[in-house]
Amino acid sequence: MEARFESVPAVREALGKVDYLADEGIAGVVYLADRLGKPVLVEGPAGTGKTQLAKSVAEILGARLIRLQCYEGLDEAKALYEWNYKKQLLRIQAERNTKETGGNWDEMSDDIFSNEFLMTRPLLEAIRATDPVVLLIDEVDRVEIETEALLLEILSDYQVSIPELGTITATQIPLVFLTSNNTRELSEALKRRCLFLHIDYPDLEREREIVLTKVPDISENLADQVARIVRTIRNLELKKAPSVSETLDWANTLMLLGVQNVTEAEAVDTLHILLKYQTDIAKAAKELTSAPSKFQKTS
Amino acid sequence: MTVVDDGAVPAGLGEPILELLNGFVVELRNAGIPVSLTENLDAMLAVKHIPLEDREAFKYALAATMVKNQSHWKAFETVFEIYFSLRGDQYDLNNQDGQNQDGDDQDQEGDGDQEGEGEGEGQGRGGGGNQMTPEELAQLLYQALMSGDRGLMKMVAKVSVKRFAGMEPGRPVGGTYYLYRTLRNLDLDGVMAKLMEQAREEVGGEMTPLEQRLTNDEYENRVDMLRKEIEAEIRRRLVADRGVEAMAKTLRKPLPEDVDFMHASREEMVKLRRAIYPLTRKLAVRLQRKRLHGRRGALDFRNTVRHSLSYGGVPAEPKFRRPRPKKPEIFIVADISGSVAAFARFTLHLVYAISGQFSKVRAFVFIDGLDEVTKFFEGTEDIVEAVHRVNTEADVVWVDGHSDYGHAFEVFWERYGKEIGPKTTVLILGDARNNYHSSQSWIIKAIRGKARSVFWLNPEPRSYWDTGDSIVGEYGQYCNGTFECRNLRQLEAFVDNLA
Repeated sequence: MEARFESVPAVREALGKVDYLADEGIAGVVYLADRLGKPVLVEGPAGTGKTQLAKSVAEILGARLIRLQCYEGLDEAKALYEWNYKKQLLRIQAERNTKETGGNWDEMSDDIFSNEFLMTRPLLEAIRATDPVVLLIDEVDRVEIETEALLLEILSDYQVSIPELGTITATQIPLVFLTSNNTRELSEALKRRCLFLHIDYPDLEREREIVLTKVPDISENLADQVARIVRTIRNLELKKAPSVSETLDWANTLMLLGVQNVTEAEAVDTLHILLKYQTDIAKAAKELTSAPSKFQKTS
Repeated sequence: MTVVDDGAVPAGLGEPILELLNGFVVELRNAGIPVSLTENLDAMLAVKHIPLEDREAFKYALAATMVKNQSHWKAFETVFEIYFSLRGDQYDLNNQDGQNQDGDDQDQEGDGDQEGEGEGEGQGRGGGGNQMTPEELAQLLYQALMSGDRGLMKMVAKVSVKRFAGMEPGRPVGGTYYLYRTLRNLDLDGVMAKLMEQAREEVGGEMTPLEQRLTNDEYENRVDMLRKEIEAEIRRRLVADRGVEAMAKTLRKPLPEDVDFMHASREEMVKLRRAIYPLTRKLAVRLQRKRLHGRRGALDFRNTVRHSLSYGGVPAEPKFRRPRPKKPEIFIVADISGSVAAFARFTLHLVYAISGQFSKVRAFVFIDGLDEVTKFFEGTEDIVEAVHRVNTEADVVWVDGHSDYGHAFEVFWERYGKEIGPKTTVLILGDARNNYHSSQSWIIKAIRGKARSVFWLNPEPRSYWDTGDSIVGEYGQYCNGTFECRNLRQLEAFVDNLA
């Protein structure tokens, strides 16, 4: 198999070109996924760019992104493949009309269980693709634990077994990303087959860079302030800490309001963009407008 | 100049690195991280593709293949730092005091920096460690925090550990002791105050509270970085002195879900509090799903007959009612005296977080008196706040503030006994250390008679039960079950079964 990436820094640079700022860990795992031919399980809080990572990787490789959105009740027919019953029925009818005798059963069954009547779903499509593809299995923690087993064959051997047709093996090993919001523990079997990547909230410098690249025309000063205020808020004990996308929304709002320098009043007025729970907003507003107690005496 | 062995740099993938990796995996398992055989093999494949001199990439490669749970990351990092710590003569404890080492020292300083996170910038300034006067060191510390420069911080850490920690070879003292000694001498609070003063002058007088807050957070962050550098420096020296295996064993810490409630340090408590939130969310989702799935309701006769019409009256497709499992009613009776307070807090937290799964939750706390605290939890989303109010406002002391289970149960029975019905599940939390008061265990028996079930959760290890003044056995005989609940893992398992 041909390697897609030269080295870890190369991955990082390429991702940077499509405006995805990867840290050392992210770039390293993507590189390893390519070299070892293993899927990547991406975990982390909502809104930290897990799905975006798969999209960006597809973009730099010029590959097609095949996405399987998981949900409760997802089954084989929706994830792997399905037989096109209607077409099969039509085929049988047509057969009957041409040959009054009804035809040979064996011949017929061979015929209606062939590629022509197979409807591919995302997983099978990724396996059969001849062009470069990136497979994204989104929010895998939403499927029931039994359904997870569906994925195992694909993830470890890159193949799909269809009883009527035999085993379909991938012509090329696609890059696979699974994302999880960690609402439940995934099974050991699944975890064992994947490389694990935890994407956490970015640190101050990275967040500032992200704001600078993603928000057009923002000044360095404002980006810095935004990143610092968000860090302070994340350090509070909140029900839901602000995600990166919320940071970006906030920065955009501040730009629209023509703010150059965030003051307390402005910060408090726009907090509802960063935080979604009333209790969180109240708490953050209180914290931001009161100086740290340790130094109140001296001021 | 000494050749510094990075521990992770032998060219190619020879025997030594495999051996080191094996030891590493064994230690990871010792620390409680499950590493399977395939994962071990993956790691060995992975490191082949990573340039070994890139320490960070090496670390991430190992983590990606072997650590599949974020809460294990901290433990992994500690083991990694020990196994692949920077090694070399400059960390040798025997080597540090001789004056003739000074020339050497300067060289090594350079080496040490380059192989770390690659921030070699700080080395030129300041010079070798030992000739520095205390004033110079203080100045350097101030500068390092002011600029937030990683290289400078490393340097400060190196010099101050050498100077203040007073490390002696072979002395069986843990890293925390050295850390304490070093930090005490650095007077970080003073420096912080000075930095804030400086920042205030820069903006010209008054800072708005927001600015103050941000500046303060920034400096606190830097101080934290420095503290980590100091810890790393101490660890490196300890590893050099005592060897990898011994250090790994001393520094081994339980994973967050295994931390004992009763003996958690302040730091561990903070981690536990952080860990409990995602856990409650997970639990709530899981219970919700369990309620909706997996169970079938009773046969819906009308619906079945109606559908049978399309099959000519044959009930070919039985229809069932939507399952509506009954939600239990929960009474929590918690001992919140000093020794078990933390446990009660976590349990209250957990139960209230999933209160949607119960039709009613009522909470009572006691020491030797008893008070209902349900109202603190109602109408607030902030459980932390509510628990805080429980601790400060509830009227739980009757005589002397020592646990008296007997009296507390008497009050409970007298005031609330009538309200216990056949749907009620009563949870009693406590270590049953009754200070030799009378047990009044007939009350538990009476409660059992009225309630659906009574469970006792004890945060003490099972082997301590019924020793000294613990009378959990006497109460336990009337309960539907007594459970040992020492850590989050056990607590989670219990609550999961409860709903």
